[in-house]
Amino acid sequence: MALPHATTTPPDVREPAFQPPRGTRARHKVGVRAPWWFVVPAISIYLFVVVVPSARGALFSFTDWNGLRPDWSFVGLDNYASVFSDRTARDALVNTLVLAAVAMVVQNVVGLLLALGVNSMVKSRYVLRVIFFAPVVLTPLVAGYVWSFLLSPNGAINEALHAVGLGGLAHDWLGDPDTALYAIVLEIVWQFAGYSMVIYLAGLQAIPAEVLEAATIDGAGPWSKFRRVVLPLLNGAVVINVMLCLIGGLKQFDQVMAMTGGGPGTATETISTAIYKSAFSLGDFPFSIALAVVMTVVIAVLAAVQFRLTQRKVS
Amino acid sequence: MHARYTWRTLLREASLILLALVFLVPLVGLLNVSLKPQDSQTGALAFAFPPTFDNYGAAWNQAALGAALANSFLITIVSVVLIIALAAMAAYPLARVTRGWSRYTFFFVIGGLLIPGQLALLPLYATMRDLDLLGSLWSVILINVGQQMPFSVFLYTMFLRELPLDYEEAALLDGCGPLRSFVTVVFPLLRPVTGTVVILNAVGIWNEFFTPLLYLGGSDNTTAPVAIYGFVSQYVSQWPLIFAGLVISVIPILVVYFALQKHIIKGFAGGLKG
Repeated sequence: MALPHATTTPPDVREPAFQPPRGTRARHKVGVRAPWWFVVPAISIYLFVVVVPSARGALFSFTDWNGLRPDWSFVGLDNYASVFSDRTARDALVNTLVLAAVAMVVQNVVGLLLALGVNSMVKSRYVLRVIFFAPVVLTPLVAGYVWSFLLSPNGAINEALHAVGLGGLAHDWLGDPDTALYAIVLEIVWQFAGYSMVIYLAGLQAIPAEVLEAATIDGAGPWSKFRRVVLPLLNGAVVINVMLCLIGGLKQFDQVMAMTGGGPGTATETISTAIYKSAFSLGDFPFSIALAVVMTVVIAVLAAVQFRLTQRKVS
Repeated sequence: MHARYTWRTLLREASLILLALVFLVPLVGLLNVSLKPQDSQTGALAFAFPPTFDNYGAAWNQAALGAALANSFLITIVSVVLIIALAAMAAYPLARVTRGWSRYTFFFVIGGLLIPGQLALLPLYATMRDLDLLGSLWSVILINVGQQMPFSVFLYTMFLRELPLDYEEAALLDGCGPLRSFVTVVFPLLRPVTGTVVILNAVGIWNEFFTPLLYLGGSDNTTAPVAIYGFVSQYVSQWPLIFAGLVISVIPILVVYFALQKHIIKGFAGGLKG
């Protein structure tokens, strides 16, 4: 529908195309001055700790810099060639992607279910939220140790399996290359599902009750209400959760160090543990730094893909 | 939201409570095992009876946890205070100056959210070594502050953009300079977001393992997670002793959590929703 004025009055060409609402510009003139130098301390430390070393890292990945000598020379793509021909590094890359992907899916599903559960009429919802969220604040390293104990051959998980007559499934979860990575995923989901839950909860509580009532009046059942009303309105929470899980999963270090140290063999080696080991156990700085660049590219690409996909969903 | 409490709700409540109990198993197990005698052969699920506190004394002494906890406190408090001061200050012009350089500067800072710390790792390590800061708490504090700057500046800037100018104008008319009006007027108005920044950073920094392992490992200045890491590899599979150490190292953060859980849960949700 056209606005009544728009067609009747020809636009005045001398008027600027856009004017800020009356008041804002004048108010800025009153002189709320935010001095530019307020950013200097923050920027300096950010440059010193993040930007400059990252740029040097990217540069040094093309050199034979070994971290000790001040001199170095360019070696082109040699470091990358050795990264991609190295079995441990390739295993680490695959493990990291699998771990991040599986943890992302499971953690989001569990987190969303928990949020739906504790958002509703249940009387104990406040206590339940506190319990489901508690692992989030626990030191990841410590949580990793606790789980490595629970998952050990004589641990609580196997004991519980025996107790319910499923002793045949008992297993050395972290000692078997086929299950070790998923055992770590289990720990990560336990620890961070509460994080996803809280973000979904915030999203759920932002949905106006009238929208849900309208859907009910239109005859929507619980499933179609969830599918067609709740889920689309949760899109923002999904984007944040997926992004956080993905980046967190791709950087995974603490729990792996606590639970398996990357083993057995290379079954749970992640990019982060491989970077740490190649630099500080093997002293191979060029290799380690090239692997870090690969990791950065993987994160950037996946973040861009995710951004694209969710943008399309929004529009 | 005016539905009645039906048997379906009861069923849901019951299954959620069951799930919550399963969620608690690792935490209860942690406490339970730490109370068993050191040579205990009972299974993981067997309750420690009678409980013994011997492990706690032994772990406290053998893992040198007192000094490590003191370092963790110091690092966390100094880092968080610096992060708040610098990020809030930086966000002020980034939110208030709406054109030109501040836009680019804002994107430049939050771009840091996508850079994994591993990329900066080795050059930064070499720099800290050249500055003779290895083994010093300052290295870890500096790194925490720098690495947390993008996210904290982001939260402060988004919050400030929504904040009306009226108070600052009043302060200005009363003759306040920019610095004074920031400290006495703007900063107090930022309290809700400051709470979020404190919570997110304090939990993250207290639990941080990688940076202190690298910069403080092997020195006398370790933090709780690094001390625990060394302790576990030294007393492999003496679980009761190890778990007592683990409990001691997480008591501070868990106490804070259970005391402030309402604000913490809100802070996490609010901070990340932007």
